[in-house]
Parts: sequence; C-alpha cells; structure tokens
Amino acid sequence: MRKNLKAWLYLLPAILFLGFFMVYPLVDVLVYSFEEGYNSASQTFMGVGLYNYSYVLHDPYFLQAVKNTLILVIITVPVSTGLALLISLGLNSIKKLKELYQTVYFLPYVTNTLAVGLVFMILFKKTPYTDGMVNMLIKLFGGSSVDFIDGPYWAKMFVLCFYTVWIVLPFKILILTSALASVNEDYYKAAKIDGASKWRVFTRITLPMISPMIFYLVITGFIGAFKAYSDAVALFGTNLNAAKMNTIVGYVYDMLYGDSGGYPSYASAAALILFAIVFTITVINLLISKKQVSV
Amino acid sequence: MKKEFERIERAEKNRRLAKNIITYTLLTIWALIVLFPFYWMVLSSIKSYSSYNSEYVPKFIAEAPTIQNYVEAFTAVPLSRYFTNTLIFTVITTALMLVVTVLAAFAFARLDFKGKNLVFTLFLALMMIPSELVIITNFQTITNLGMRNTFAGLILPSVTSVFYIYLLKENFEQIPEELYKAAKVDGTSDLKYLTKVMIPICRPTIVTIVILKIIECWNSYVWPRLITDDKAYYLVSNGIQEIRENGFGRENIPAMMAAVVVISVPLIILFLVFRRKIMAGVSRGGTKG
Repeated sequence: MRKNLKAWLYLLPAILFLGFFMVYPLVDVLVYSFEEGYNSASQTFMGVGLYNYSYVLHDPYFLQAVKNTLILVIITVPVSTGLALLISLGLNSIKKLKELYQTVYFLPYVTNTLAVGLVFMILFKKTPYTDGMVNMLIKLFGGSSVDFIDGPYWAKMFVLCFYTVWIVLPFKILILTSALASVNEDYYKAAKIDGASKWRVFTRITLPMISPMIFYLVITGFIGAFKAYSDAVALFGTNLNAAKMNTIVGYVYDMLYGDSGGYPSYASAAALILFAIVFTITVINLLISKKQVSV
Repeated sequence: MKKEFERIERAEKNRRLAKNIITYTLLTIWALIVLFPFYWMVLSSIKSYSSYNSEYVPKFIAEAPTIQNYVEAFTAVPLSRYFTNTLIFTVITTALMLVVTVLAAFAFARLDFKGKNLVFTLFLALMMIPSELVIITNFQTITNLGMRNTFAGLILPSVTSVFYIYLLKENFEQIPEELYKAAKVDGTSDLKYLTKVMIPICRPTIVTIVILKIIECWNSYVWPRLITDDKAYYLVSNGIQEIRENGFGRENIPAMMAAVVVISVPLIILFLVFRRKIMAGVSRGGTKG
C-alpha cells in the first residue's frame, strides 16, 4: 500500500499537469462545441445543438481556410517527401563532405519560423523601391515580375508552399538518410552479382526496405501540413483572412482571439472538424500502408 | 584483350565521375537554397538604411557595412526585453518539464503499483492529441484565472510533453534491475537512487530532451501570442511579428533583419555545438511543431 502511494506521488506532477491542461480541455472542447450562443463575458449559453458546426461550415472564411489548407497539403506532402528522398539518395552515395551537407540541410529545423519567414517575405516581396531578389531572378530569365506577398492568389500560395517545404525538409532528410544507411549491404551485393540494373535495385530493394519510413513521413507530413499556421503568419502577417491565406488552424485562433475573436464555441467546432479530417486521413494512410508495407 | 579491359575500365571511371559531378552539383544547389536566406538576412542587416533603399536591384555584397542596425534593433524596439522574456520562459519551462518528466519516467520504469499499465496506456494515448484541440480551453482557463500577461500563464500549459516521459522511461528501463535491488538492500532511498545512479547513467538522453525542449520553447509562437498582448511579456516570436507590423516604421528592412539575426543566432550556436545530439534526438521522434 505504501509502495502504491509512493509511486502515485512520483506521478502526481505529471498527472496534475496533464489532467489540467490536456484531459480536462479535451472534454471541455467537446462541450464548448455544442453550446450555442456562448458568451465569453458572462459565460452563459442559450442552448445545446449543432448550430456551431453549421455556422462554421457555412462561413466563407472557413471554407477559404479549408481550401488553402487542402492545396497546401496536396502540394507540399508529395513534393517534400520526393525531394527529401532524392536528396537522401544523393547524400547516401557520397562520402566526402557528407557531414557538412547534412549539417547545412538540418539548419532550417532549428530556426525560428517567424524570424526566417520575414526573410522569405523580403526575398519575394515587390515594393516601389525594389522588385526584390526573386523577381530579379525571374526577370533575368526573361519573365515578368510578380508580387508574391500581396499579389495574385497562386503566387502567394507558391511562396507558402515553398517556405513550408523549406521548413519541413530537414526532418524528412534526416529520417530518410538514416533509413537508407540502415539497409543491409548484403542485398546490394547480391543484386550486383545477379547483374540487376540500378533502377531495378532501387525499386526492388531500396524502396521496399525504406517504405515503412516513407509512410511514416507521409503520415506525419499530412498531420503537420493540416496544422499549418505560423508559416503563413510569418509570410503574410497576422490578418490572414484579409490576405485570403488563412489556414484551418488560423481560423480556430482567429475565432478565439484578436479582432475577430471571442467565439470559443465556433473555434471548438472548427478545431473538432479539423481533428476529424486529420484523423480520417491518418486512418486511411495507415490502412494503405499496412497493405503496401506487408507485401 | 588488355586494351579492351582498359577501355571498359576508363569508361566506367568516367561514368562514375560524371555521376559524382551531377550528385554534388544537385546537393550544392539545395545547400545554397537552404543557406541563402541566412546569407541574405546577415547581408541586409549590415547595409545602411539609405543604401538598402537605394538599391533597386539588390546587391550581393554590402559596400559599406555598418552595425547601426544592430544598435537600432536594441534601442528603437524592446528587443532585449523580448530576449530576456524568452530566456526566462525557456529556462523555467525546461526545468519544470525535466522534474516532472524524470519523476514520472522513474515511476513507470522502476516502481510497481496498481493500474500502472492502464495509466501508461492513457499517457501514450495523450500523445495523439493535437495541441490545437486543447488550446481553446487552456486559453479560457488562463484568462479566467487572470493569468494573461504573466509568466505563470505562459509557462504552466507548456510544461508537459508525454513524448519525453516515454523516451526517458525507455532509457531508464535499460538500466539493470539488479542495480536497483542492490541499492535497496543497501538501504538507499528511491530518490537518492534516482539522482545518484539513474540520472547520471541516462545523462545523454536527458541532455537530448533538454535541448529539444529549449528549441521548442525558443520557437513557440501560438500560445504566447494568445496569452500575451502586453509587449512587456512578448517572447521573441511575437516580438518579431510586432516589429514587422509596427516596429521601426514599415520600410526599415535592415533594422528588422538585424533583429532577425539576433533572434536566430542563439539557436544556431546551440545547434552547431550539439549537432550530433540534436540530430539523433530528432530522428528518435521529434517533429516540427
């Protein structure tokens, strides 16, 4: 009995923190999402029902945020995973300077998203004083300059995707290089003796051996991209609705706080919709990966 | 026959050389894309305001480097205040996290109690919960407790990370149980055993956890933004956003870049010093954000 008590005593701080800031909020967010007409100031509500969900689903800002997030996910997850695979294959085939390259590639991971986002904004922005670095390059190759920060939708989306890929690549490169390095050398030797072509070795040995890690990256990539927010703030400022570049998570926070805030019920409903989307996609991913990886 | 052999060998050598050149070129291109923003922020930060704005086509070198922007970054906006805040926030959060994590990991790894497996499973289940779901209530809780614009409000919800408890528990379990039993026979208390034996043995993992938490704290943006609107409590991320929106006057890019450099440097140094540890730690299960 004393032994039991002592163990709980050791666990107490963790349980208190988690209970107060994770378990209770989890229940509470569900409650919020069903309370209609909740008033932050008086903490009262008018009724219980699905109105918050219906409000959010009909809010043009939310639909815009869903559209932006989906585009971001569909572009950045395959591009970043593919690029990471290419870079890792390259890294794995060299010996000299390998560590140096690895160190450089990892740098974006340890940078402050907001701070470096500001640099990206300046590189892509067009002002009356200057066309900016990127536009200079475009002009060099004979294109015409575009304002990537305040300009057309596709240009803004391009910068957001570019910056997202830049930010998420370090993690993926790190995971894939160690996965590639851990493939047993004997397989490659056997393939060499059999005279298998490079492409065949890649598709029949390398890819199957690292496929669990690729699926892991795709799943975490989906989850991460669906929760995109600070990258967009870094590039376009805090008023994302005005820039038409809001994300689902951004919508949640805007509903909670700031000029458009004070609606925790709408925020909760939106957060739960996001959670449902992410959960569904993760389950689908897991089902597909189970089929693929076990073959 | 010999000639033929030499010809094939030479061709093979050339092919390998060509492949190497292509590989290195592509790797270098990406390395440049990664490094360029860093180069650009340092470069812009040492250009004077007038020369920056007079360059319609930006130059790749600073002709008259100046540190004026750095002076301005520390005087015109409360950058040192943002810095101190972040430092306080990071140190206290990391220290609390460490105490909570070590105690919980020890309980899971070495102590026996009823319901241990159930509690541990519940802990693991919490790892799946995205912070976006719980942040709404936490915002309301902290607001209702009147802890907006306080360090307590900033720190308390940021302390626990279930993943680190899991990581450390796995590591603790690798220490032979016999050592624990021997210590028990000698009459060593649990707490003493934990601090004198387990923590020193598991130091590498603990250092990794601490570094990962420091990175997380230094870069945190969303929670501090929600919970502080008084500039006196801004962290660097919010500070940089504030500087961007109403700082030096919208167009003083060089001064902004100086602030960005100052904010980025501590983490980059930390990374260069603990490079291997950080990369190993991240590959064991860190994700960004």
